[in-house]
Amino acid sequence: MRALAWHGKKDVRVDTVDDPGIVNPRDAVIRITSTAICGSDLHLYNGLIPTLVPGDILGHEFMGEVVETGPKSGLKTGDRVVVPFVIACGSCFHCGKQQYSACDNSNPADQADISETAYGYQMSGLFGYSHMTGGYAGGQAEYVRVPFSDVGPIVIPDGLDDDDVLFLSDILPTGWMAAENCEIEDGDTVAVWGCGPVGLFAIQSALIMGAHQVIAIDHHPHRLELARQLGAKVINFKDVHVHEALLEMTGGIGPDAVIDAVGMESHGFALDSVYDGVKHAMMMATDRPHALRDALRACRKGGRVSIPGVYGGVVDKFPIGALMQKGLTVKTGQTHVHKYLPQLLEMIGEKKIDTTFLISHRMSLEEAPEGYRLFLEDQDSTTKVVLKPEWEKGRFQA
Amino acid sequence: MHPFHSRDDHRAAAAFTIGGVALAALAGGVIASRLAGRERTYSQPEDAPDKTLRGHPADDWREDTVVGRTVTIHRPRAELYAFWRDFSNLPGFMQHVRSVDDLGDGRSRWVVKSPAGSLEFETRITEEREGELIAWESDEDAPVRNSGRIEFRDAPGGRGTQVDATIAYDAPGGAAGRLIAKLFQKEPKLQARRELKRFKQLMETGEVATGERQGPPPAEPVSAPQPKAKPKAAAKPKAKVKATAKA
Repeated sequence: MRALAWHGKKDVRVDTVDDPGIVNPRDAVIRITSTAICGSDLHLYNGLIPTLVPGDILGHEFMGEVVETGPKSGLKTGDRVVVPFVIACGSCFHCGKQQYSACDNSNPADQADISETAYGYQMSGLFGYSHMTGGYAGGQAEYVRVPFSDVGPIVIPDGLDDDDVLFLSDILPTGWMAAENCEIEDGDTVAVWGCGPVGLFAIQSALIMGAHQVIAIDHHPHRLELARQLGAKVINFKDVHVHEALLEMTGGIGPDAVIDAVGMESHGFALDSVYDGVKHAMMMATDRPHALRDALRACRKGGRVSIPGVYGGVVDKFPIGALMQKGLTVKTGQTHVHKYLPQLLEMIGEKKIDTTFLISHRMSLEEAPEGYRLFLEDQDSTTKVVLKPEWEKGRFQA
Repeated sequence: MHPFHSRDDHRAAAAFTIGGVALAALAGGVIASRLAGRERTYSQPEDAPDKTLRGHPADDWREDTVVGRTVTIHRPRAELYAFWRDFSNLPGFMQHVRSVDDLGDGRSRWVVKSPAGSLEFETRITEEREGELIAWESDEDAPVRNSGRIEFRDAPGGRGTQVDATIAYDAPGGAAGRLIAKLFQKEPKLQARRELKRFKQLMETGEVATGERQGPPPAEPVSAPQPKAKPKAAAKPKAKVKATAKA
């Protein structure tokens, strides 16, 4: 089959590799019909995630048709499914608490040591996201092996297109969980740093959950416009002092909840960003948390901090004083995708949530390297790239 | 009692002191001798297990050969005990063990993989309490002397069973012995941790997780535990494992 493989920093190629098969009893093999490039794939692309090996197949947002099942897969050949990017067994202590991204059993024992060393405990397996998360091949490919297929994949009913439901695999539940973590109350203002896909879905979710207002912060005009169309008020951090603006827009109270939908590759123009860049270049720190610092400072006293943005290592100049003195509550984590799928699929079916506005580019799998380049270099207009492995080489739709 | 002191001091102490800590009472002379001389810094009682002591043999995988780890498995105690008590199941989650045959009277013949080819040795059960404890020790002339002790305790709050494993390997003599010892002592703490994780995976999910895209399953289930806790995971493969592990 053809698959998008990582070969080094900013070097991804479509290679011919062996087809996957059934390995364990609960496996299924899926023929991919749609797969997206995620903002967090750019962390891989930029070489920020350790334990990636040349030849690793990327991609954790995908859906398709079941073509092969193990004896204990709950799926049937021909089922059309969306697959959560988090791999979870469904039967351990954490899965029992619906903390699927903390699954004890999905990260192979010989791969789990890395996260156990880094974080104190092993994390769940993820598709296409380095060997630290299990070394599972991703879905930017023609086929993928899906472990624990009786627990993760959700069957899509007829009448919904791939574009309607693809984002159930990651960014929609991630945005939803980010908003849920804000514990929104009547009259609340939610401020969202980053109007990428997760930020935009968090905006949409927070408004559905009854936020009085959502304030979106970014510097890409097109992304801010999308946020505005979803119903958010917008701030361009290039133009205004964000903290002052947030105070003025909340009657001086400040946002009740803040969302960092940026993560480790935050870029700003303040002094700390330059400092972070230097430290990162010198390998003295791994993550660049400018947005998070801003968000922690901006959050009102006693407010909530939700962090869907991805971090992997350690940060410097973390404003622990603001966190402690203001009595903030922090909620974060890789998304417990399985928990949210039935509810979100239903809302999509009822047209309460639309995610198709996000897609800026559709292209064949063969064009994937170009898709990565665009997503990295033109973040304003490239909001989401969807790869269609069934499309013939060269087909491209922007 | 010593104040806090360096690892070298511990080694020196280990060389000249015999007995000394509660774990010396463990079944298996290997474990006992390896633990000799380890002492707590403070005289106040505390609740942490001895194997978490700084300077404990388990603290340094390069030099020492006692490994221990506790894992909570979301399955009933009796089921986990029964699975482990049938040593022929062990190759399903112990990667270097090719087969274990029951010879009767608590004796077993183990075939393990090594760089020098297959190695065989026999073990005998030294202590056994139904549903609670299994301890074994290899014969004196085993190419790699080893002993193990697995305890099973009910976990609180319906969390299943706490499985507490302590395994010790003793370095044999001679060049071949050193090679074999290297195999077994290569990060034994890591090995034991991984084996326990695979055991947990097999018991909780019916399979051993792998990122491989093709090939035979890491564990071939043929008979086994049925989960009761969560209906969602009802279709669980039985977890008795073939005697032949994946090479």
